[in-house]
Amino acid sequence: MLFEMMPAAFVNGLMFGSIYALVALGLTLIYGVLHIINFAHGALLMLAMYAAFYLFRHFGIDPYLAIIIVVPVSFVFGYSLYRWGIGKLAHGKDENILLVTLGLAIVIENAAIFFFTADQQTITLSYSYETIDLGFVFLSLPKVISFFASLLICLLLWLVIAKTDLGKAIRAVAKERQGARLVGIDVEHIFAATYGIGIACLGAAGCLLLPSFYVDPFTGNIFVLVAFTIVVLGGMGSIVGALVGGFIIGVTESLGGLILGESLGQIGISLIFILILVLRPTGLFGAKS
Amino acid sequence: MKSLMSRNGLLCLAGLVVALLIPQFINNKFYIDVLTLILFSAFLGQSWNILGGYAGQFSFGGVVFFGTGAYASSILFKTFGIDPWIGIFGAIAAGALMGAFIGFISFRYGLKGSYFALITLAFAEFFRIIANSVEFTGGGVGIFIDHKPSLAQLQFNDTAGYYYLAMAMTVISLLIAWWLERSRFGASLVAIRENEDAAQALGVNAFRCKMYAICISGAMGGAGGTFYAQKFLYLDPPIAYGIGTSVEMLLVTIVGGLGTVFGPLIGSFVLHGINEVARHYLEAPGLSMIVYGLILIGIVGFLPNGLIGLVRSTLKRFSGGGNA
Repeated sequence: MLFEMMPAAFVNGLMFGSIYALVALGLTLIYGVLHIINFAHGALLMLAMYAAFYLFRHFGIDPYLAIIIVVPVSFVFGYSLYRWGIGKLAHGKDENILLVTLGLAIVIENAAIFFFTADQQTITLSYSYETIDLGFVFLSLPKVISFFASLLICLLLWLVIAKTDLGKAIRAVAKERQGARLVGIDVEHIFAATYGIGIACLGAAGCLLLPSFYVDPFTGNIFVLVAFTIVVLGGMGSIVGALVGGFIIGVTESLGGLILGESLGQIGISLIFILILVLRPTGLFGAKS
Repeated sequence: MKSLMSRNGLLCLAGLVVALLIPQFINNKFYIDVLTLILFSAFLGQSWNILGGYAGQFSFGGVVFFGTGAYASSILFKTFGIDPWIGIFGAIAAGALMGAFIGFISFRYGLKGSYFALITLAFAEFFRIIANSVEFTGGGVGIFIDHKPSLAQLQFNDTAGYYYLAMAMTVISLLIAWWLERSRFGASLVAIRENEDAAQALGVNAFRCKMYAICISGAMGGAGGTFYAQKFLYLDPPIAYGIGTSVEMLLVTIVGGLGTVFGPLIGSFVLHGINEVARHYLEAPGLSMIVYGLILIGIVGFLPNGLIGLVRSTLKRFSGGGNA
């Protein structure tokens, strides 16, 4: 019985892992370039989910279409937040950036309680309960759409980083900020742009999550530790690593829950986290530092 | 310089006397309770400060020692009938052992900076899940502790009892930090914080010093756990191993002043003070915490060396910059 359910759990894990990957993608990019741990990540994801939620409730915009609106807005929001907020307040000290993002998370979470109340919200789409039959498992349509959309966004992001001038500048700053400054790259602009792209990934993830997940002011926290794990597992700063790490963690969680039960099943993630930190802190795809 | 030292000593003595007398003059239980929490939070902050402030090893999982100590003395009490005044030593030992365990794994493999921060976060989560899943911690239901006020149980009838206990613990934690600042060991820790390779080259055994630091931090956290359990008489995995307490420990310390004796105490006073005042005037849910978060960002943004730094630079200005 247990054995028969494993393929289904595996595929479901992959589906959810793709969204984990998207959340981790933003985090890994920000870490890779700015060398900071963005504690506001979960709170900003939650904000994106609310954006998708209210676009649906007030204007009837399908969350998957809302990506077109939420992603650019998230980018601008993230860019401004870093350029005129975090970057200015932190004075370039790492522990200060940590505290500023932490304070930001507290402000955003509680502003959400104030404006949106602490109630859990969900949405139902006309196709929410439609499924696709793969023979051994029924997959809900929203999850399948999210899966392919996440893959597409990862590919797009990879293209931006690998092929565009902005991507080149980002890679230059990540490797050697002093040198990048010397050849005329506006480092502050690149920092803010990276932060903006990271938050734009969250915007997409928020829209993709909403049809199959609830949102309340604390939703983001569920994803934070998982996202950290993926970032470390895949290698800090690695886009491919975030994708592969997302899948591994999604499957681990799904199979762990099946085999060890609801409560103990989550232990797989923290175990992987500890083991990878100890045995291979550069992660699967990380560059040797 | 010497006169300044004795002035500081007098100031500490005066502070201690005021702290001792407070329950005689304030009858309002609410205020005493808030003060108790401030002191308790300062104590936990100091436990974090030893490792994060002096040794420079930022941990996101400081709560793991607190939770382990809380479970240790509570289980000793509930299952084996050992009174908490003895149990607290079990909690201290358990916290130190946990420190040795996490420290050995992290430092042996040379984890530093964000990697150390993340592995402590992972350990806290690991033990939260374990505590949630096994029998002897009471699982997700948690542990209820009977209320039997007596000194042996570290339980009291009135709030002042807890206040004095918290104060005693805070004074001990201040003395530990004070001793640390004046000891060779403390100097080694600071050297490791500033430049580990250089410290090694000068003959400091970085691994051993960091191990001692995390064990001391763990022992203090463990004692804090017993206090919490005996005051609130309830314990469950999110309380014992939740990230909220870890964050609070580093918050009070950094806001007050990293690697300073009085940093955690000052940070705790200011942050909890702001929180209580905001809660009093802003009743809508979430609003007071928004103010709290904004003030936190403001302190970080405008006082890069914490409140202690502000006090020091002000003193310097008033005394003409010569002897401070």
